[in-house]
Amino acid sequence: MMHVLKATKKLNWLILLFLSTSIFSERSDYNMPMGVTEVSKDIFDLHMLIMWICVWIGVVVFGIMFWSLLKYRKSTGAVAAKFNDNFRLEIAWTILATLILVGMAIPSTKVMITAYDDREGDVNILVTGYQWKWHYKYLEDNISFFSMLTTSQEEIDNLIPKGEFYLTEVDEPLVIPINKRVRFLITGNDVIHSWWVPDFAVKQDAVPGFINTAWTYVSKTGIYRGACTELCGMKHAFMPVVVRAVEQEEYEAWVAEKIAFAEAERLLTDKLWTTDELIERGEGIYLKNCVACHQVNGQGLPPVFPSLDGSEIVMKNKTRNIEILMEGVRGGAMQSFANQLSEVDIASVITYTRQSWSNGKEGDGQIVEPKEILEFKNNTKL
Amino acid sequence: MSTVVETHNDQGHHGPPKGITRWLFTTNHKDIGTLYLWFSFLMLFIGGAMAMVVRAELFEPGLQIVQPEFFNQMNTNHGLIMVFGVIMPAFVGLANWMIPMQIGAPDMALPRLNNLSFWLLPMAFTVLISTLFMDAGGPNFGWTFYAPLSTTYAPETVTYFIFSVHIMGASSILGSINIITTILNMRAPGMTLMKMPLFVWSWLITAYLLIAVMPVLAGAVTMMLMDIHFGTSFFDAAGGGDPVLFQHVFWFFGHPEVYIMILPAFGIISHIIETFSRKPIFGYSSMVYALTSIAILSFVVWAHHMFTVGMPLAGELFFMYSTMLIAVPTGVKVFNWVATMFKGSITFETPMLFAIAFVALFTIGGFSGLMLAIVPADFQYHDTYFVVAHFHYVLVPGSLFGIMAGVYYWIPKWTGIMYDEILGKLHFWLSFISVNLTFFPMHFVGLAGMPRRYPDYALQFADFNAMATVGAFIFGFTQLLLLFIVIKAIRAGKKASSEVWEGTQDLGLEWTLKSPPPYHTFAVQPEVK
Repeated sequence: MMHVLKATKKLNWLILLFLSTSIFSERSDYNMPMGVTEVSKDIFDLHMLIMWICVWIGVVVFGIMFWSLLKYRKSTGAVAAKFNDNFRLEIAWTILATLILVGMAIPSTKVMITAYDDREGDVNILVTGYQWKWHYKYLEDNISFFSMLTTSQEEIDNLIPKGEFYLTEVDEPLVIPINKRVRFLITGNDVIHSWWVPDFAVKQDAVPGFINTAWTYVSKTGIYRGACTELCGMKHAFMPVVVRAVEQEEYEAWVAEKIAFAEAERLLTDKLWTTDELIERGEGIYLKNCVACHQVNGQGLPPVFPSLDGSEIVMKNKTRNIEILMEGVRGGAMQSFANQLSEVDIASVITYTRQSWSNGKEGDGQIVEPKEILEFKNNTKL
Repeated sequence: MSTVVETHNDQGHHGPPKGITRWLFTTNHKDIGTLYLWFSFLMLFIGGAMAMVVRAELFEPGLQIVQPEFFNQMNTNHGLIMVFGVIMPAFVGLANWMIPMQIGAPDMALPRLNNLSFWLLPMAFTVLISTLFMDAGGPNFGWTFYAPLSTTYAPETVTYFIFSVHIMGASSILGSINIITTILNMRAPGMTLMKMPLFVWSWLITAYLLIAVMPVLAGAVTMMLMDIHFGTSFFDAAGGGDPVLFQHVFWFFGHPEVYIMILPAFGIISHIIETFSRKPIFGYSSMVYALTSIAILSFVVWAHHMFTVGMPLAGELFFMYSTMLIAVPTGVKVFNWVATMFKGSITFETPMLFAIAFVALFTIGGFSGLMLAIVPADFQYHDTYFVVAHFHYVLVPGSLFGIMAGVYYWIPKWTGIMYDEILGKLHFWLSFISVNLTFFPMHFVGLAGMPRRYPDYALQFADFNAMATVGAFIFGFTQLLLLFIVIKAIRAGKKASSEVWEGTQDLGLEWTLKSPPPYHTFAVQPEVK
């Protein structure tokens, strides 16, 4: 029996050696990140604890099993014993298993109680999952914006080399101050998404019609990358989460800048735009918001995502064209963009589609002014 | 009674009819068992081919082979086919073959129902798979089909999917009724419940689980149907419903379902370990109690699939504790298997190799299951590849190895011909190595942060994904070897004796029958002492 014990000890050291590099590093390619919050560190410790208990149980059970398999081979002349039960042994290992589980449950419960806390934060942010992007709204400062993947389609299609942050980069990361309690109110716009930042150990489902809460308290500045973890349709893998944690002063400056920018955007609606201005702006909006379904060439992916190139509505029916953008298509994949894009953006993107591809030549050539969108909004109370 | 028995004793003129009608109209438990097993085998290759598409796309970052939309369809159908088309029918096939033989009955209690419950399955899967050839494409919302992705946002073909699930459910319920009726009414005199072979026990419990939860699944898809076509709002918050309700209903079915997919394997493995250890199973009664407790507990753990859905603290803790509790009976089973090997006289034929791998690898799946039960840690594991690794460990080297072990163990009895042992061992080792190569790296990418159901991923996950893909292709092609071995064991080879394996005559009634057994199993009821 002694040599077996020695052998299992050796095995353990090997396992320890293999995993030791991962235990103390912050970001690992094969272990859970330790993260940058108290909770994430607690969870990491809990994870390692439970894993080591499992490894040890495995070493003992598999040790006995493989030792039996070696020792009691028929080819070495082993003769089977006759026993088939041992009541005391059965009771003993049932109790032992229960005790080990109680030992696991106590620290788990403690961590869970800390992690679960829905009191208000110093900063409260409404996180809304859309197909396939995140929307962030700062409830105190009334700032809101979408956060979308910036990795280019060429990278995804292997036409150009992939960048360092392939599929984990966005145009506008969520910005939060460090050393403040930040509460996230998480919901979904269409289907269920799930908002996950591994370094904060925050993962909450974004359920349409319901609001979940999560919170974090980050003490280290940096950029933290996460993902959507609930299957939400075609582009599920293409709506990463990026959070930038900054010092309080930098945060305040960023908030002021965002407020000023929003004000400037509002003024643009009153201006009368030329066709070229609208097309120029519209192209950018189209590439950011529409290509996922309707494609760069406007031909879509029929039958689910119809072609805009040569479409009767886009070419000849301006009223319906505006309606679709503003209200979406019931029962179809097209969502309403009334609350996702500004009046200027909607007007310019419609104009862009009406002037592009074959539509420019074949269609009626009518453009849409931001004011018309505002009118539509006022008439329909959208 | 005795005169009837006499006339049926002569098997010569009472064989099966010839040709296709033998299979279409058969009411014979062995023929139906064979149909189930071949159906499952066919589905294994179809579902497996879909897994190959998924793994090929994930071989390296970027989109190479398929677009995300089709990837989701492959993922979804792979899951549905493996769960409902491979694992479950294979176990029903084994039940059909073995339960009458193990309890000393001439056939199943309800033979015509038996025919119906099989032939519903090809219908269900024809409906399901046909959607892949329709314009709107097949189901693409994951095998768990969470609303509203599977209702408001689903492709139009979702209605076919719903009916297909209804038919599968009907098939399972009918099969279970038959199995329960057979076990409770047709056991040989003297075979009390606590003398039943463990495979029969495991199926008795499984069948009750099926009857309890398949109607719940039917309810879930019916509510979807109503939401999609008849204006209800069960799962739509805009109409006063709740998308999370769907998950509660689904997992109330889904968690017992995962035990439905493993309990019969527990039974098979118990028989194999006692056979090749030449020592009776250790702790028979605790094995039965463990099976029963697992089944009962399976009804109170469902929300551990939903820890991130936004439950109250008390709910999270309750489901964590109840889930952890399952480790006790499961642990007892593993300890009993090891104790059966202890002081045995062990040989390593192919079924035993699969059984040993089952015990080791299923236990690894159990460990990761225990880790997943820990709610706060689950916030990090949930919906990552760690979960994928976990359930593939319990379903592939767990359930599927259990089925393969059972096929190797019993096929000489079924066909009267010994399978090719060298090829069997080759099949085992290739499967064993490749299954670990496929699924072990998934633990690492999952912990490092790769979510599941992603057609494309960040660069840091590339190496482990490449490994998994290589493993998956080796595993996939290795199963062609199993096909060859099975065909060979049907056509020609060394004749098998009635006891097939050394010392089995005391282990069960099936080993007292000739190999192959007569078309009608026990014309004269045996007695169990």
